[in-house]
Order: sequence, then C-alpha cells, then structure tokens
Amino acid sequence: MDEAPSPETAEMPPLLNRPGFARLLPVLGLGRLVFRGVPAAEARLGAALGLALPAINRMVHRGERGEPGARALMRFGPDELLLLLPRGELESAIAAISQACAAEPHILVDVSDRHLGFVLEGPAVAAILHSGCPLDLDPRAFPVGMATRSLFHKAEILLWRIAPMLFRIETGRSFAPYLVAQIGAGARDLG
Amino acid sequence: MSGRGHTFRLAAGGRIDRRRPLHFRFDGREMAGFAGDTLASALLANGVHLVGRSFKYHRPRGILAAGVEEPNALVTTDHGPGRVTPNLRATEIVLHEGLVAISQNRWPSLDLDLGAANALLAPFLAAGFYYRTFMGPDLAGRNSAWRWLYEPLIRRMAGLGRPPSVPDPDRYAGRFAHCEVLVVGAGEAGLAAAVEASEDPGQRVLVCDEQAEPGGWLLTASGDPGPAGRAAAARLDSLLETLRRRVNVTLLARTQAFGIFAQGFVALEERLGDPFAATSACRPRARLWQVRAGRIVLATGAIERPLVFPDNDRPGIMLAGAVETYLHRYGVRPGDRAVILAACDSGYAAAEALHRGGTEVAAILDLRPGVDPALRARMEAKGIHVLPAATIIATEGARRVRAVVSGRIGAGGAVVPGPRIACDLVAMAGGYAPAIHLFSQARGALRWDPAVHGFVPAGAAPGQRIECRGACAGILPEAMVAPVHGALPVAGDPDRRKAFVDFQNDVTARDIRLATREGFVSVEHVKRYTTTGMATDQGKTANLNALAIVAGATGRSLPEAGLTTFRPPYAPVSFGVLAGTARGELFEPLRRTPIDPWACAAGAVFEPVGLWRRARFFPRAGEDEAAAVARECRHVRTHVGLFDASTLGKIELAGPDAAEFLERLYVNAVRNLAPGRCRYALMLDEAGFVIEDGIIARLAADRFHVTTTTGGAARVLTLFEDYRQTEWPELRAWPVSITEQWAVIAVQGPKAREVLAPLVEGLDLAPGAFPHMAVASCRVAGIAARLFRVSFTGELGFEVNVPAEEGRAVWKALHREAEKHGGAAYGTEAMHVLRAEKGYIIVGQETDGTVTPDDLGLGRLVGAGKGDFVGRRGLSRAALAAPGRRQLVGLRTEDPARVLEEGAQVVAMPDPAPGTPALGHVTSAYASAWLGHSIALALVADGRARLGTRVHVPMPGGAVAARIVPPVFIDPDGKRVHG
Repeated sequence: MDEAPSPETAEMPPLLNRPGFARLLPVLGLGRLVFRGVPAAEARLGAALGLALPAINRMVHRGERGEPGARALMRFGPDELLLLLPRGELESAIAAISQACAAEPHILVDVSDRHLGFVLEGPAVAAILHSGCPLDLDPRAFPVGMATRSLFHKAEILLWRIAPMLFRIETGRSFAPYLVAQIGAGARDLG
Repeated sequence: MSGRGHTFRLAAGGRIDRRRPLHFRFDGREMAGFAGDTLASALLANGVHLVGRSFKYHRPRGILAAGVEEPNALVTTDHGPGRVTPNLRATEIVLHEGLVAISQNRWPSLDLDLGAANALLAPFLAAGFYYRTFMGPDLAGRNSAWRWLYEPLIRRMAGLGRPPSVPDPDRYAGRFAHCEVLVVGAGEAGLAAAVEASEDPGQRVLVCDEQAEPGGWLLTASGDPGPAGRAAAARLDSLLETLRRRVNVTLLARTQAFGIFAQGFVALEERLGDPFAATSACRPRARLWQVRAGRIVLATGAIERPLVFPDNDRPGIMLAGAVETYLHRYGVRPGDRAVILAACDSGYAAAEALHRGGTEVAAILDLRPGVDPALRARMEAKGIHVLPAATIIATEGARRVRAVVSGRIGAGGAVVPGPRIACDLVAMAGGYAPAIHLFSQARGALRWDPAVHGFVPAGAAPGQRIECRGACAGILPEAMVAPVHGALPVAGDPDRRKAFVDFQNDVTARDIRLATREGFVSVEHVKRYTTTGMATDQGKTANLNALAIVAGATGRSLPEAGLTTFRPPYAPVSFGVLAGTARGELFEPLRRTPIDPWACAAGAVFEPVGLWRRARFFPRAGEDEAAAVARECRHVRTHVGLFDASTLGKIELAGPDAAEFLERLYVNAVRNLAPGRCRYALMLDEAGFVIEDGIIARLAADRFHVTTTTGGAARVLTLFEDYRQTEWPELRAWPVSITEQWAVIAVQGPKAREVLAPLVEGLDLAPGAFPHMAVASCRVAGIAARLFRVSFTGELGFEVNVPAEEGRAVWKALHREAEKHGGAAYGTEAMHVLRAEKGYIIVGQETDGTVTPDDLGLGRLVGAGKGDFVGRRGLSRAALAAPGRRQLVGLRTEDPARVLEEGAQVVAMPDPAPGTPALGHVTSAYASAWLGHSIALALVADGRARLGTRVHVPMPGGAVAARIVPPVFIDPDGKRVHG
C-alpha cells in the first residue's frame, strides 16, 4: 500500500538553513537511556562511564558528539539522569551499566525512540528560542553545559547548550513536527 | 475648506516630516497629513473634530486627548478583508499612506445619526437602566420584555465598533525577554532612569513607550520656540543619544505595557506597523513581549482630568495638554478661537501656545478666585482676558462647539450666568492625576497625597521590585496641580443638564448622584451600577472626577470614598497579539502515532483524542461510518483485527520496592503478581472514586510495565512522581515515561494467534505456554518486542509493543498476515463498540469522579487483605456502601434499532413530572451490528437489583423504553479470551 512519508521527516516544513543566522538539523542515530537510582548506583554509573556525575541541570560529556565512544550525561532532576550515546553502542552500554550497578537499586530504561532531537546553531539561536521558550538564555543565566526541561510554546522540551551559539533540543517524538514549525515561525519573526 | 489641505497646519514647527506627505481616507473623504502625524493630529490639521458618536446617546464626539487615555476618538481601520480593526484610538494610530479609517457607532452617517434619537429617551436611560430592563413586564412569559424587546434593541444600538467577520490574514509574534531593569514610559523620568540603570553594562535595560517616538512630554515641551523649548529639546537629545550608544539598552516604541503580574512579569504589546506600511511580508503586525524583569521602573506620567460642566462633550472641547501637544508636536492648530477653562496654571501655557500659533484666545476662565497677578498681566499683555472665579455653565453647537456661556462663581458656590463667548475650541486644564494604574496592578499600595490632589504610590507589594519615577510618583510641577473638582457648580438644577464624567460610557454627573441616592455608596458599587470607568479606556480620564462626585454626594472626603481596582489590560489589546502564533496548524501540537502515515494512506477517517489524532474507522468504497464500523467489528469477532493502540500511556517502573509502590497506588494486589503476568488494575483518588485504569505487567521481580489511558498518561506519571517524592520517599522505585518509546499494535480475534505465530521468535504462543494475561519479551517481525496477551474486545488478543521507529514496519508485516486470515485494521469506533459489547468500561465515560469499583461491578479487583492503598479510607465511608448507589448495568431498547443518547437520563416513568430525580444516566450507547440490536451501558440507582425491569430514557421526540440487563452482552463466561 502506498503511504505518505513519515511525519518525523517529510511532513515537517523544511528544517531551517540560513547561513549567518541559524540552522536547525535533526539528530539521528542516537541512543538514549534514562537512569534513576540511589546515590550509590549513580556513583557506579559514573565509574562505569568514566564520567563525573553532573550537577542538577548540567551536562558532562566524554568524546565528540556523534563519534564512537561519545557519552553525554545530563541531570534533569535530583535523581534523574539522561545518557546519550551512539545508537550502535546501546546494547553493550546497557549490559555494562546493568552489570556495574546490579548491586544498587536503580532503573535503567532505553528511551531511544521516545524523543526526536535537533541541533539549533547560529548567531540567532537564542533569539529564536526566546520566541517560545520562557527561560533566560543569556550566557550568564544559561551557560554552556546547562541542560534543563522547559517548554517551547506548548511542547515540552529538553534543552541544553553545547556552545555559545549551539543548542540541542529534544521533544517527545509526536511533538516534533509542531516544535519544528514553531521554531520556523520564531525564525520568521526575526526577519 | 479644502479636502486635501492642511488648513489648520502651522507654517512651521512640530516633529512631523513635511517632506513626506501621506494620504488617507476618513469616512470616505480623501485627506492629507505628514509622516509623524497620528490619525488624530492629521484629522485636526484638516479641521475635522467630529470623529464619532457616543456609546449610549449617540452624541457627536471629537478628539479629547493626544494619547492612550483618549475616550472619544475611537475609529475602525480597514485594510481590506480580515484587516478590519474596531475601537482603535485615533490618537495612537500612526498615520501611513493609504490608511482607511471609519467612524463608529453611527447610522447612517456620522453627520446624520438616527441613533441620536436615544437622547430623547434620556430620562429612561439613566444609571442602571440596563439592569431595570431585566425586570421588565412579563407580558408574554417569563422575561419576555427582555427577550423580545430590550435585548434585541440594546444589542443593535449599543456597542462600539463591529467585530471582524473574516479571519485575520496577518501574522502575530511573541517573545520572551529577560532584563535586569524594565522601564515603562520613555518620558523624561523614564529616559533618565534608563540612563542611570544602564550605566552598568552588565544590566540589561528594556525601555518601552506606547508612543511612536520616545520623549513623552518632552516631545511637546521641545516644540516651544522659546528658551524653555530649546532646553527641553537638548535634554531629550542628550538622553536618547546616551541610550542609543549603550548596547545593553533596548528601546521599544509603540509598545504598551498592559499588564503587570507576579514576580516582575510584565506583558507588552508592540505594534509593529500597519499592513500597508510593512517593509517586508514576513513582518508580523504586532508582537507580544513577555518580560521577566529583575526590577521595574514605572515612569508612566500623569493623565489630565477633564472638567465636568454641562455639555462638556461637544467636539472642539479638549484637554489643555492635548492642545499644547497638537500645536508643538504636530504643528496643528486645533481651532480658530479658543476659550480656556483652567483649574491650574497649565491652562495658561496652552493659552500662550495657542496665541503663538495664531489662534485667538477669547478668554481664560479661571475657576480659582485668585489668579497670580504677574501671570494675569502676562496674558493681558497678549490681549488675552482672564476671568477669575469663572466657569462654563453651558455650551452651544451641534457637531462642533460654537460658543460657551460663562458663569461667575460667587461665595458659597452660587453661580451667576455671565457672558456668552463664541469659540470653536475649549481647552480644559483640570489638573493632572499620576498614572498609577500599572503600580496598582502590581498590587502596590496607594495613598492620597493632598499636595498633588491625587493617589500616589505608597509602597510596593511584597515580592515586587517596582518603583515609580516622575509624574506617576506624584512629582508634579505646581502648574499641573489642581483640586479634583468633580462636577463644577452650575446655575440652576444640575440634574437637568448633561455634564459628562465618563465620555466613553456616556456617564454623567447626574447618573453618579442618582446612584448614590439609590443607596450605592461604595465606589465599587457605583462603578458597576453606572458603568463609569468600565469602558475600553477603563476611565483613565473619568475615575477621579467620578470619585469626587461620590465623595461629595455622600459627605465624605475623596480618599475616604476610596478607589476602584485597576486590572489588566491597561489599554485594549488585540486578540491577535494574545493568540500569537497559536492559530491554524500551530494552535496546538497535533500528535500522530508512528502508524499514522499508514492509516492516512489507507483512507482512515481520524478523530481527535486529546492532542492525538487517531483513526476512527477505515471506510472501504461505498461504506459509510456505520457500515465500516460494523464490518470492522465483524472482522474482530469472526477472524482478526489490527488496532493502533500506540497512544496508550505507558510507564516503566523499577526498583526493589516497585511492587510495594504499585500495591499502594492501585486497588489490586500486586505483590503476588508473578513475573510474566499482567493484571487489569484500577486507581482511586483519596476519596475512593475511580480515576484511572490500565494493565500492570510484571516483567521481572523488580520491574513493571504499566499502561494508562491515552488521556491520563501525563497525569498518572505526575501522580506516581508526586506520591514517590512526597508520601513514600523511602520506597526505592522509579517511574520513567515510555509512552512514546513503544508503538503498540493490538491483534484481536479468533485468528490472532495464527497472525502472530509466523512473525514471533523466541516465544511459544500456545495457550498453555502463553495464557491470557501473560507478558513476555520476544521478537516480532525481527524486532525486539514486549508481547502482552490482553484483550479489550473480549476476543483472543495480543498487544505487540515495539520501539516507535519500527512501529510502522511491524504493523505492515502484521497487516499482511492478518489479510491472509480475513482480517483488517479497525479504528477507535469499532474498538468502542467491541469493548461495550463486552461491558468493559472506559474511565471518564463510565466513570465521572463519583464512581467506586463496586459501582462498576469491579469490587472483586480490590485486593483482599492487602494493606493501605490510595482510596482505601475513602471507600470505607458509609455513603460509598449505602443502598441506592448508581451501578453499572446494560440497557436494551425495546426498539432494537433505536440507539440511546449518551448522557441521557434514565427514569422510571415515561413522562415524569418536572423535578423527579433520575434513576441514572446512559454512559455509552452504540448500534451493535454483531448482536443485531442497540446496546447501552448506564449507571442506574440500585441497578443490579433492577435487572429485568423496564425504564425510560427521555430523548428528543419522546421517551424510549428499555430493559435493564447485565452489562456484558456477549460471552458472559469469558471463554473467548482464553481461546
């Protein structure tokens, strides 16, 4: 049976690409794991990953984005961590973490398909985000390495800053077309 | 006078750009103005004062003010279909080429308005007349006079502009902004505060002003050709230059701060331009700024008060400060021959400005008995007569003031008529009131300051860092200060004359006095009864005069009478701005499942379920909804059906105390649930009523997969988190939302196993190995899956969970298999029919927040001998076990073709007397093609004891007889699910 292309790709308006202004790119091939547990379990997670545990609303990382072995770990709640890694390394990472943390109470859940992720980069990104996100994105209030939950209009998002002009946004996969369209509307307002 | 000329434009001066002429139309008449004009200044330059008709009496009205406080000059602008905007203040419309403006509230034309006949009815239109109409004679039934006479009449005659009738084609935008200091008002005080605040480059300073140009009164003062004017111009240039050099300052013109909310949150409306003036197509029409400010500085200035004398509303009667502004800022002479009525010295400045501009000043009538001799001498030297202790007791003129009758105020306030003075302009200098509206909105305390005769800020509310600067703080030059006179003394009976207090709502001094005589003493009551201060201008020019009249009539001082509350918005805000981008496709997120594109291609008809869209049915050629649903149900009952259940809420919960956690949250026993097994579970609120249901699946000793209703997904997760954090922090169990991680495909029907079997690896599907209510991990079509053996149809059923990105591929594989077995996809409507045939409930349909598990016949789910759980105490209340509770039953209509209406009442007699309590109501009703008759579920008092009895369901067209039956219509023994 013939069918329309999937909503998460072709049914969205074209992602933004305006040199010197902003670009919006989908992030593909990412594995996502939620980890929650007692502090001792977290400590074992950190040791297994070779990463210091991030403070609340902060991100730590190892390796370069998208490269093999890259790990980004961020804390969105007092006991809620999100680990990002290349999707191909997901199964081995789950096995390694489960083994390392087996003795301590925790939950580890694969939520790789729960979100769709985007990179928003360029000089206008903070202004575009301000069209729908109520947070103060001034570098003093939202420095590089900050990671938090927020809203973009009516979509819940995860937002973190990788560089002064480079943000990552994630949202529930069914919210992604709305998010992309609203980012487009925000970019349009800036001329 | 020439149609296109600038008859009243001064030869020089003003901040308009005379090299940029602009053309516009007002009520069809071509006129010309200059860049820098407002519509009001351009109309005055063309000699036009009559711009509208009043709200109630349809009296001719002109331009009173020069800013946001304007009560009279409301017009509609028309920029083509969808771009018609009513009730805009002409004083705030920036003139642009091609502007089309239309006067309001008149028919057939502004000059000849038949509605003015209302004036003849004036004795019946006094304060509160509207409320009296509710009590009109009931000649033709209850409220007949209101329904047939007053309401249609009032609706036709009242109201200001007409609302737009087609969608607005323009775009609106919004921004969130954060600053250390927000300055509201870019007059001298505001600009100075901004300069001071922005000295530290680390402070982000945002300055907004409603006017097209920053400067406030300095824009007027700098137009004075004398040294004072030059000094004002220099101060303005210097302030603006300093601010423009600072990168930490953002200056927004045409931006109205209209609401101040908690913790420094301020809403601004930025008007970006009129459609024809827009420089680029992508420019929005207006923008909503939502500002979070560390500190707010209000520099909102002061608003001049009109003076309340008989017939003070004729076109050509203006505020003295506005007269100065039109002369100095716009180079417009508002008349040929002026009379000034002054309560303070600011009127003299207007007189001098008029005199300089070439307008003859016939007289200054000064309300004060004593006038500064030097000032008087200065006026007399210019040939301007000053009459102390003088007032206006009458005015003449229909569409423009033609003359005033002066009066001399004697000792004790008695007024003796004086000479009649011909004029076409009256300037009222009634003193200024600090604009404390926004400070009051921010819950700031106010106090009466006798030195300025006004309410001034007394202290910010806790948690608000807000301060006032300049005039709004009560810092006013002596020349702008006058007592609040309320209604001026007149000769003869004041109640025989119309002296307007609230111009926009047509409230007179007499109305307010009448209200006090009728017992309305509180200013809040007077406001509501007379509607003073309740028009779109919120009484900016009216409130203090109204208060003074109330105070005078009730023998109190003005501060004793008190002040009404100021509420947002400070000035009218368009719906477009508030809606922003939230319209059309961006109104709300439209959530689609991973299988949605397949359903779309298959021709599904969708329905919204919360934010989701779900396939309701899949019509084939020639099928209507009923036929498609009947066929889809038949597929499931006879062969197999596939259903996209991806929208179901899903939570993964793990930890050593996970079973205990669920045991406390759900009514069911959970600890004894074996790994690999599922249980249908109910959740109650603390009061003992059902709020959620779902499946609890135990994946391992310490790991669960819990499903929720589609609509309850977010709420249940929040509830889990709430109890975890606040009630049972000692329990080591953590929930994670997995709703969007998994696509869910229900495979239901006697052939379900045959459909799945060729695609499943790593699991024995045989009934003995994988029985009803089992759960297991396996691979389906090569994809790692969680497979549930559950049924929401009463048939043998499975639910396949696969990662969302694989959902569509797995669906297609299953669909190919299903087709081989005579199966097909079914939608939500068939799902509803199938579950209702089986008596399965839907939370929110069979429950309404007052239904217990036992009411639903599900009391057996409440775990026997288990410990405490949410709702247990509630359930033990006597009322929840008392006889007479409404219980879930089935209904069979005597006419099998008749489908009942959901929500309809169930009663014992076909035509009960009014007031008879109902036995219950219908919760679900469908035509069941499979059974060959309609079915319904209902909650009926003592329903289980009434099985077999006859009841009636009143419906449009008469009551429908039905018989109470058990709620399970097919397979009551539940054999089929075990197939």
